[in-house]
Amino acid sequence: MPLLSLIIFVPWVGALLLAALPRIGDGAARVLTLIASLSTLALGLVALASFHPAAPGFQFVEQHDWIRSLNVHYHLGLDGMSLLLVLLTGIVSPAALLASWKQARSPRYFGLLFLALQGAALGVFLALDFFHWFIFWELSLVPAFFLIKLWGGPGAARAAYQFFIYTLAGSAFMLLGFAAIFAATGTLDFTQLARLAADGLLVEKLAAVSGFWPQAVFLGVLLGLAVKVPLFPFHTWLPPAYAEAPVGVSMFLTGVMSKMGVYGFLRILWPLFPAHLHAASGWLLCLALGGVVFGAFAAMRQTDLKRMVAYSSVNHLSYCLLALFAVSYSTGRIGFTVPASIAAFAGTLLQMFNHGLSAAALFLCVGILESRSGGRRGLGDFGGVRTAAPVFAGLCGITMFSSLGLPGLNGFVGEFLIFRGVFGLAPCTATIATLGLLATALFLLTFWQRVFHGPRAGAASREFRDVAGIELVALVPLVALMFLFGVLPHLLTNLFNPLVTSWVSHINPVVTTAQLPLP
Amino acid sequence: MNTLQLCLLISSALFCIGLAGALSRTNTILVLLGIELMLNAANLNFIAFWRFNPAPLPATGVIFVIFAIAVAAAEAAVGLALVIAIYRHQQNIRLQDATRLKG
Amino acid sequence: MTLSVQHLWLIPALPLLAAAIGALTPSGGRTLAASAAIAAMVAAFVLSCCALVAALADPTANLTYNFTWFDLGTGAVRLGWLLNPLTAFMCVMVTFVGTLIFVFSLGYMHDDENFTRFFCFLSLFAAAMLGIVVSNSLLFLFVSWELVGLASYLLIGFWFQKPEAAAAAKKAFITTRIGDLGLLLGMVWLYHARGTLLFFDGGAGVLEPASLTALMVSTLSCGLAVSTAISLLIFCGAVGKSGQFPLHVWLPDAMEGPTPVSALIHAATMVAAGVFLIARIYPLMEADYHHHNLPIHALTVVAFIGAITALMGALIAVAQNDIKRVLAFSTVSQLGFMMLAIGVGSWVAAIFHLLTHAFFKALLFLGAGSVIHAAHHEQDMRKLGGLSGPMRVTFLTFAVGMMALAGVPFLFSGFWSKEAILHAAHAWDVSHIPLYFGLTAVVLTAFYMTRLVAETFFGKPRSHAAGLAHENPAVMTVPLVILAACAILLSLLAWPTPWLQHQLDPQAHTEPGGLSLMMLSIVLVALGLGAGWALYGRLLRTNASAPDPLAAALPRLHAFLAARMMFDELYAATFGRLSNGLAALADGLDRYVWGGLVNLVARLGQFGGLVNREADEDGLNAGFDAVSRKVRSVGQIYSRAQTGETHGYLRVIALGFVVLVLLVMLGGVR
Repeated sequence: MPLLSLIIFVPWVGALLLAALPRIGDGAARVLTLIASLSTLALGLVALASFHPAAPGFQFVEQHDWIRSLNVHYHLGLDGMSLLLVLLTGIVSPAALLASWKQARSPRYFGLLFLALQGAALGVFLALDFFHWFIFWELSLVPAFFLIKLWGGPGAARAAYQFFIYTLAGSAFMLLGFAAIFAATGTLDFTQLARLAADGLLVEKLAAVSGFWPQAVFLGVLLGLAVKVPLFPFHTWLPPAYAEAPVGVSMFLTGVMSKMGVYGFLRILWPLFPAHLHAASGWLLCLALGGVVFGAFAAMRQTDLKRMVAYSSVNHLSYCLLALFAVSYSTGRIGFTVPASIAAFAGTLLQMFNHGLSAAALFLCVGILESRSGGRRGLGDFGGVRTAAPVFAGLCGITMFSSLGLPGLNGFVGEFLIFRGVFGLAPCTATIATLGLLATALFLLTFWQRVFHGPRAGAASREFRDVAGIELVALVPLVALMFLFGVLPHLLTNLFNPLVTSWVSHINPVVTTAQLPLP
Repeated sequence: MNTLQLCLLISSALFCIGLAGALSRTNTILVLLGIELMLNAANLNFIAFWRFNPAPLPATGVIFVIFAIAVAAAEAAVGLALVIAIYRHQQNIRLQDATRLKG
Repeated sequence: MTLSVQHLWLIPALPLLAAAIGALTPSGGRTLAASAAIAAMVAAFVLSCCALVAALADPTANLTYNFTWFDLGTGAVRLGWLLNPLTAFMCVMVTFVGTLIFVFSLGYMHDDENFTRFFCFLSLFAAAMLGIVVSNSLLFLFVSWELVGLASYLLIGFWFQKPEAAAAAKKAFITTRIGDLGLLLGMVWLYHARGTLLFFDGGAGVLEPASLTALMVSTLSCGLAVSTAISLLIFCGAVGKSGQFPLHVWLPDAMEGPTPVSALIHAATMVAAGVFLIARIYPLMEADYHHHNLPIHALTVVAFIGAITALMGALIAVAQNDIKRVLAFSTVSQLGFMMLAIGVGSWVAAIFHLLTHAFFKALLFLGAGSVIHAAHHEQDMRKLGGLSGPMRVTFLTFAVGMMALAGVPFLFSGFWSKEAILHAAHAWDVSHIPLYFGLTAVVLTAFYMTRLVAETFFGKPRSHAAGLAHENPAVMTVPLVILAACAILLSLLAWPTPWLQHQLDPQAHTEPGGLSLMMLSIVLVALGLGAGWALYGRLLRTNASAPDPLAAALPRLHAFLAARMMFDELYAATFGRLSNGLAALADGLDRYVWGGLVNLVARLGQFGGLVNREADEDGLNAGFDAVSRKVRSVGQIYSRAQTGETHGYLRVIALGFVVLVLLVMLGGVR
């Protein structure tokens, strides 16, 4: 059974069905969308059941000839990292759909675009040939663009254009880079390329075209991924896009799409260009640190709650990159140690998953607030919500503390491992990064204090429904998972621990000559 | 003066009569008639030259003339149709009035 | 009956279970939530006693039970439980005092609509605190540590409708988190250096000799031993949690919570956690002590921070008017004493003081709560007074607590524990400054406690609420009586033989205390009491607005102290501004620099498009237009030939024919 193809294409089949049924009712369209979306979780669990974490390489591999003249294969495969992200997609997508359950404007088209988006994201996580990987990568932009522009807030058009053009521009550089790689090597298969890179042949072949090519290709791919993650300072598209998107789409964007960039870093950039990444890692480390610190401090200044959460995403994702860059930075230096690198990678993967959960849930909470206040979501538009809606306050509070990295909830383990790893590899960086932790606590608690505490004010001074029905169905599983993965992180770490271990054991400590100046 | 010259003189006269008619008449049908006369003058020439050729080719002149007569008949049909159309349009068939196709 | 170390987790798990029950109980289920919480605490107390029996069977043994939390690489992240006398004594103290506070809360919070939630948070707090105590792993300790922070956040902000309470809760969380970041860094450093965070692990734990030697031998480029640096970072966490200078600012504000919370946070648990942490990792703190060529020793820093805190807290307490704030600053001061004790090398004295202080400070806070409850939430002691008559039980028990805190000799436990600390400070060979600070604080403590009792209980009621006050029901007074009894009976731990000391640290040889130092401190206590009585007891305040005698004598100093030495203002002006500035910078960078750059690129693109369009329209298109215009005008000229007059055409044809004929005839065309 082609399990991975099923995972990718069932949402698309759902989208086609919706497209083929123009007279379908709103309710039926929603249910159909939800079912197609839930398939990811179901199939992901099927994959989980027969997944062997300790087995090396990819599992459930599907490989068929596709375009023989270009040496393009239809190549899918699953390892611990992909599985983690497929499961995350499976969890976040239905929750996001439930969050947008009540939005009234043409649920058929909404569902159609959403499923298209979901399928594309899954394709990115599972494809192993650049050709269709890039198709999925770009295809995810189109539905996202329409979802933001058509269902978004007042500034949606501008935000959607900025999002689309910015990320597209980044990907264009990446496409050029891979065109160069194809010209030099004749293959676009990630596994083959990684093998070439491990033997040092990739750079050699690129350099054979022209001495300038390796750097140019590296920078092109880096730029494409950096915009997507986003790496500071390529993040300016993110706050408006997340803020203007409808709540479900914000959840998906932050929960799943932001992981595509980090995934790309781990799957493509780092295996293919270890030496170049190492050479640039001093600068990149500073940028990631900038994302950690400035992301958190910028969030402090936001009065729009969704923008605030968006900036917290910048901050959280920068931790992932910080860990990766720290490993790359220390490779071949005195500070390099295997346990610290393993901790850094494990932390990165955990952080990806946990951030997906908590940031999505946080957006959901803001969406619920927004739905009660008639679309306003300023920091000053609320007050004393905890009095008005105690259950909602409780769930939102747990979400907030999860995002803040409170032990016992999911966010802590990832952050601890990242700090443990980064401190072992680049102590000063870790020390400065704690500022980000502090600022995160500051702005989240300020948010909590202004919105939930104090006397009832603003939107909460009138009738304010507590969370119920569909909202509860969307929020409670997320919160339950926060507890689950906070207390039992081995449920996740066992999936990728062998993978991470093998990554670190394959790090080539002999780094070729640095080709970019170090700070 | 032999027969050929006589024939040519008659055809020339016929042509001139046709030309004069075509140039001087205002009635479109008469103009058409003038043109038919000129055509027939040409036909007469064909026949005459064929007939008095010292080494006549078999039936070339006659075939030419029959062709020309057929074409003239078709042309007359088209011309008369145009005349009817003009008449419908401007209630007369004065050629001077039919100037709509000017550039 | 004993409790084996494998089952030690039951002690924190029971209150945690009660917290879960409380969280899921709807607000109507008061009885369920409260009884679950109290039953869990009682059960935990019984288990703790069993654990104590087990621990005292062999006081030198560190019984451990370690297990894997999750695999990481080829190794694993491991956690564990640790049972030794320190653990057991803390467990007994926390569960015992906790139970009494829970019972007291039944009465105190009786009318609150969020009654069930309160017991949920209290249980969570107790569970987290017990988690700290039983942990054999710095990581699990940190987890519980942060949960204690969360629970205190929830409890301090329990009356979250009040903006001050919400602000105080946030302040407490943020301030302690600053310290916790140091702790986090210390922890990851330790983990990085040793590959484990277990305290004891059959020779491989971080507090065992092999590890300590390794940490002490390696030094940093600045000359500090690694162990010193790690110790100091971990100490940062303790500074935050235990309200030490300079992170003490959250502690007085935490009084915004309900009074039982104040008792729980300030007496038995949260603030004690920092002292406990340093006592737990004492071998690490002490590792660098015998190295003389190091620039600084971790314990020296601890001692001076403790001494400064002890003196500062006592000074500020003198000028406060809110009962709970006086007690809060007295807590700050007493915690300073404990840190001082650890710093000068006697963690046993610190733990002894921690235990006695837990009882008498809980007693004082609950007594204050009793007063506040009776006086309809009037906390300003200038507006109270004359309560010794109507509130006899509260008064007597409060007086016991006050004398224990002030260190009235022989009968009260506070005297013995304080004596142990002063003795240790005297024996410290580095410096005597901490001793002098401590002695000054002793005078001040006796002074402000006398003032507190005199203002609150003596004289006439100075407000309507105080006049109506009457004794509280038994559910509130019985815990007071039990605590008061403990405040006296705990003297037996140290006298006539230093039993506790032997149980905690059997190796330590304690020479009999210097008699002269004891005499000196007794004199100082008497001095403090006398001065307090002279200023406040003899000339009783007659109305609420009468000036304070001390303020009349030293107005500027008093105002400075009343404003808590302006720490809040100082921090707002420095760190507050700095963080706001950073935030503004980050936001501005985004809005103007990065956003501006992106927009600039976009504008450049748009500009390129504009140029392209202009070039198309004015260059290429205009050229084509001009050519086609020319062609058309030429065509117009030619079209004049087409007159539409058929005769004209015929004429031209005729003319052409004539020309043709002429050409032929003249021989022009062959």
